[in-house]
Amino acid sequence: MVSLIIDGVKVQAEEGSTILEVARFYGIDIPTLCYHDELTPYGACRLCMVEVDDGRRIRLVASCLYPVKEGIKVRTHTERVVKGRKLILELLLARCPNSKTLQDLASKMGLEQVRFKMENEDCILCGLCVRMCAEQMGSGAIGFVGRGRKREVVTPFRMASEICRNCGACMYICPAVDLQCRGVKSPGELCNSCLVITPQCLEKYGQVMCTLESCGACVEKEKK
Amino acid sequence: MKKIRTLQELEALRNSLLQQRDPTKPCVRVCLGTGCRARGSVDVVEAFKDEVKRQSLEFKVETKQTGCHGFCERGPVVVIGPKEIFYQRVKSRDAPEIVSKTLLNGEVVDRLLYVDPATGQKALYEYEVPFYKKQKRLVLANNGRIDPTNILDYIAIGGYQALAKALTTMSCKEIINTIEKSGLRGLGGGGFPTGRKWRICREAPGDIKFVIGNGDEGDPGAFSDRSLMEANPHSILEGMIIGAYAIGANQGYLYVRAEYPLALKHLQIAIDQAKEYGFLGNNIFNSGFDFDIKINRGGGAFVCGESSALIASIEGKIGEPRAKYIHTVKRGLWNKPTNLNNVKTWANVPLIINNGAEWYTKIGTEKSKGTGIFSLVGKVNNTGLVEIPMGTPLRHIICDIGGGILEAKKFKAVQTGGPSGGCIPEKLLDLPVDFEKLTEAGSMMGSGGMIVMDENTCMVDVARYFLYFLQDESCGKCVPCREGIKRMLEIVTDITAGQGKEEDLQLLQELAEMVKDFSLCALGGTAPNPVLSTLRYFRDEYEAHVRDKKCPAGICKNLIEYFILEDKCTGCGACLKLCPQQAIQGEPKKLHIIDSAKCIRCGTCLDACPFEAIIVE
Repeated sequence: MVSLIIDGVKVQAEEGSTILEVARFYGIDIPTLCYHDELTPYGACRLCMVEVDDGRRIRLVASCLYPVKEGIKVRTHTERVVKGRKLILELLLARCPNSKTLQDLASKMGLEQVRFKMENEDCILCGLCVRMCAEQMGSGAIGFVGRGRKREVVTPFRMASEICRNCGACMYICPAVDLQCRGVKSPGELCNSCLVITPQCLEKYGQVMCTLESCGACVEKEKK
Repeated sequence: MKKIRTLQELEALRNSLLQQRDPTKPCVRVCLGTGCRARGSVDVVEAFKDEVKRQSLEFKVETKQTGCHGFCERGPVVVIGPKEIFYQRVKSRDAPEIVSKTLLNGEVVDRLLYVDPATGQKALYEYEVPFYKKQKRLVLANNGRIDPTNILDYIAIGGYQALAKALTTMSCKEIINTIEKSGLRGLGGGGFPTGRKWRICREAPGDIKFVIGNGDEGDPGAFSDRSLMEANPHSILEGMIIGAYAIGANQGYLYVRAEYPLALKHLQIAIDQAKEYGFLGNNIFNSGFDFDIKINRGGGAFVCGESSALIASIEGKIGEPRAKYIHTVKRGLWNKPTNLNNVKTWANVPLIINNGAEWYTKIGTEKSKGTGIFSLVGKVNNTGLVEIPMGTPLRHIICDIGGGILEAKKFKAVQTGGPSGGCIPEKLLDLPVDFEKLTEAGSMMGSGGMIVMDENTCMVDVARYFLYFLQDESCGKCVPCREGIKRMLEIVTDITAGQGKEEDLQLLQELAEMVKDFSLCALGGTAPNPVLSTLRYFRDEYEAHVRDKKCPAGICKNLIEYFILEDKCTGCGACLKLCPQQAIQGEPKKLHIIDSAKCIRCGTCLDACPFEAIIVE
């Protein structure tokens, strides 16, 4: 066991566990998009970045990958961290404005404005489906091709895969192509409508209510 | 070939080589580096060989094909030994004259000598040329002296002595101590202390370890690794073998770009020859140490120069970086402890073993020891490869060695460290070049690219160019780098197109700082440097683009217009004839006028006008 301080609280953690695991165990919420308990951490969405003071210097690390060490001080919601996370989310929203996951995160994190030109992509390139297919389904039918802005998830040579069993695990785990939010704004805009209701939809019901059947409270409120 | 097993055998071989070779024998050394090749040095070598054969001088004259001499601007470069007479811009038709005059009669061919444009003085010998005189060449010292495809050349100048010394007289600990004491730092740009890296790797648990030589130089405008690999591959191998012995690795990899065919060829020849002589293989120098090196060809991804991406690439995976919270020296290639160094760092090792750590610490600054190698390119008179002690001021490199700015224009900025380095303005020209000082100035050492820019460069456009490069070369794994660079490019492109808004500068700054902090690897971590450094030093140019919709340097096409000055135009028609858009109208001997709507701002008229009557605003 190692002991460390997270957000001022002294906690014990098992050696080899990551900051994210420890933080979540103690009920500290760190947002993530490319992380899943059962898959190899990937460290790509950068939403889980936290500040770590290891006595020598303070630096930003991806909490999903950083192994806990004795005596480190972790701060999960400093101004620098929160500001950076918001900007990352803003970048992602500009890429995939119709993703409910991103819209909800925006409301949660208080992001109310996207300053970039809106695109209309579906995939946020978190790589969950690629890892799911390879690690849990033992298939590896899909992977990344291309670099930089040309990166995408496809089957080899874009041909129908011989090893894909159509199991749907990739769809199941995808955080981006959720049902679209039934907010008041037109598609391609940042909605934030759920922010106007008390108690806030997101805090009370999480994702469940909205995606199954929207109660429409946000719409009603906005209309008034 | 009998393998060499002891220091004595190596000495004996070297002595016999030196006896065979007459130091007074005339020797033509032609540079066959990539720069000189492009200017036709292959033909020059053939011409020399033909001429020597024609005059039946084969036994009197030696013709040698060497690697890069470094003074690429003046290629093809030919040096005539033993006097070291330096000829530049030699054509194949000059060969007969050089053979009969210089080689046979000791006369100098005057027109091929280098003339210093500053003083008008001719330089007869290589060491007199200001470009070389003001450098301190350690790693590159033998580039122009040996035939890279002949191991005997390398042995004759004392090659593999350091290996023999290290393996027969030093313990692993002693070697690591020597390197640590020398203060050698990673010359691939990171600047991590090499000795400490070796020690951590040595102490990491595990009986299988690897060493890697990084020759994946991908920066636009950088060619120092390339020249070294092409010209002196054995120095890299020797360093790697010593390092592997010290660390306890039995397998090494050299990761070299496939775009460097000559480097790959020379390295493979060098490896084969080293095996033949027993410097690679089993039981090297009877020490019981086995070591082999394999070459891996990189597929042209810039990001594969990053250590964890490079390792993934060797493993056959996608060349993508991973977070290095557990370092590669502990868990690297196939999860084994792996020590990766740049090829220049490896080439420094034999020098340190031969001359001692003390000698090395005397060169350089307090924290950065030894020499730095820079590819000096851009708007500078003497482009080429420069090796200088760390701590040399930028001004010395650009003005003295580089010979100042082309066409005597005004210096504006120098961009160091490749596409993700920063632009350093004139007020910082006296900055001593070392790892810390460059980082403080918002740039970095990187792989040693040095791009000089003159007054006709738009700094916003420069930032746009580098972002454009990085946008395609980011691997795309993490969001800040992939999306952040794309959006920065979007904003900067808008600014250069005259569509910039006041708040864009703030957003750009914010975005650049976030990308720097939040990216996964060093590529993303340094990618905003061109933006941040130009915003820091050349903010007025950004503001001129955004507020006044003007490009002060006259580069951004949407923000400039060409005009003909009434009092200077003679109506000669030179511009009118050349304009590809027929945008210029006017009768002979009368004032011409440019139709701005038709003009595509190509600048042809500006170059064509003999009276300087055309201006850009």
